[in-house]
Amino acid sequence: MKTTFLDFEQPIAELEAKIEQLRFVQDDSAVDISEEISRLDAKSLSLTKDIYAKLSSWQCALVARHPQRPYTLDYVNSVFTDFEELHGDRNFADDRAIVGGLARFNGQSCMVIGHQKGRDTKEKIYRNFGMPKPEGYRKALRLMRLAEKFGLPIFTFVDTPGAYPGIDAEERGQSEAIGRNLAEMTDLKVPLIATVIGEGGSGGALAIAVADTVLMLQYSTYAVISPEGCASILWKSAERAADAAETMGITAQRLKSLGLVDRIVTEPVGGAHRDHRAMGQSLKKALQESLKQLAGLSTSELIERRFDRLMSYGRFKEQPVH
Amino acid sequence: MSWLQKLLPPKIKRSEGTRKSIPEGLWSKCPACEAVLYATDLENNQNVCPKCGHHHRLRARARLDLLLDPEGRYEIGSEVLPMDPLKFKDSKRYPDRLVASHEDTGEADAMVVMQGAIKTVPVVIACFEFEFMGGSMGSVVGERFVRGVKAAIEQQMPFICVTASGGARMQEGLFSLMQMAKTTAAVTQLKHHQLPFISLLTDPTMGGVSASFAFVGDVVIAEPGALIGFAGPRVIEQTVRETLPEGFQRAEFLIEKGAIDMIVDRRELRDKLASLLTLLLRIPAA
Repeated sequence: MKTTFLDFEQPIAELEAKIEQLRFVQDDSAVDISEEISRLDAKSLSLTKDIYAKLSSWQCALVARHPQRPYTLDYVNSVFTDFEELHGDRNFADDRAIVGGLARFNGQSCMVIGHQKGRDTKEKIYRNFGMPKPEGYRKALRLMRLAEKFGLPIFTFVDTPGAYPGIDAEERGQSEAIGRNLAEMTDLKVPLIATVIGEGGSGGALAIAVADTVLMLQYSTYAVISPEGCASILWKSAERAADAAETMGITAQRLKSLGLVDRIVTEPVGGAHRDHRAMGQSLKKALQESLKQLAGLSTSELIERRFDRLMSYGRFKEQPVH
Repeated sequence: MSWLQKLLPPKIKRSEGTRKSIPEGLWSKCPACEAVLYATDLENNQNVCPKCGHHHRLRARARLDLLLDPEGRYEIGSEVLPMDPLKFKDSKRYPDRLVASHEDTGEADAMVVMQGAIKTVPVVIACFEFEFMGGSMGSVVGERFVRGVKAAIEQQMPFICVTASGGARMQEGLFSLMQMAKTTAAVTQLKHHQLPFISLLTDPTMGGVSASFAFVGDVVIAEPGALIGFAGPRVIEQTVRETLPEGFQRAEFLIEKGAIDMIVDRRELRDKLASLLTLLLRIPAA
């Protein structure tokens, strides 16, 4: 698969194109240029490292939305085995923007639920661009209850621009569906581990991300509103998205330092899309450790701990009133 | 311009915007029926238009005055005050916005929580102040809400929340998103104590407030004509690229879709709440 380069990656793209050309020439060349190629490969790697070391929040948002970034079903393949997808909310429909099902994690039964985006145009439409409708959240809740019934830990994967803002979604109670999930996830009796793998878009993300441990991939983002949305409201111009991204604090690093996420999962050089396999491996390791930390807790400890976490969110000051 | 407007002689043509505004405070115009109302008449009618019944927005403390018995009121959570965890700045700094809103409204943030009684039934009411930054929910709103719920549980009282909010407060970034989870988690505790949670949705109840605790009430009530929904009408229009049906996301639309229990006229709200609470709490009829 040919890597798609983002605008700020142009220097890498140019270098890679040059390397590609040399490789092509090498085949029928009398001179050995393999040394030159490996020199350029090294240069490309260090250039990528340099660029990614200094990503702005907005650039990070673009990486989080990269068209080749691994999606939930990619991790289902690389991290889990024996996946049995379960469909439908039992009321209205099967929402393809959220996938879920039983699986094994290191041999142990579990439930996997996540937003699912599409790769090509056809698939994007099929997945509704990863924007769930109420039936998606209700399916997710149904599967979480199922997991609870059989004592299975739940892994959720967050990757959505947001819940779908459409007429039908409103008619069927988008707000209620999200709110219901937030309420029910509060006292679910099994371990919940949420990982933001791409875009963590507002309430539509949170509706499957109330958890005992929240992980974020290094270049994923998590925000109350998209940078474009924030910019068009506060600056009256979507053009200021980069400013909005910076000031809102949407990156894993910033959110970790604010205490809003527990752990950052390192991505391969140049982002998860450069190496799906390596990304899957490091995510698996992180999930394993996170699950282990929760394993010792009794059900009541687990719920109490989760509740205390939820109550601790927020920054305010206190002043005695007269 | 329609053919009728073109026919009208220019002198009586309406020139939007250039018309002299009515002196503030004395008169106000009903946005629904355009009747010019004497402010005192409107106030005496609980901010409901005496001509057409349109429910004007109501300030938080005025709302609490309408709902609660005059005696035995006690404010909760006013010691919780906002800060600026992200050093947020758009065209204005967040602290400047807070100060400006404080000066405009007299409130320190967008929520007032009051313990009291509705027709002698003790309750805690959390009430959004829409005039304070669009009633947006940030850390202070969340914390005051939670303290209200805690007080209700400690004293074994029902909890009521009156929403009027554009959603989460962008200036607090992800902290405000987390208030959705925090507030909703808090109301689940009422369930464990078998205490009623009544959610009263007023104009407008949108975004992160709508999509958290607002619809998980044991009873969900809306005021007539209130705009209630997850995504704003403009966002939806941009997404689906069609004009929205008449009355979309209004209380009347929601009851038709089965999203809420009832629509209650503001002038009957106090009686209605008292009736619901006594029924839920199995208090014998007076």
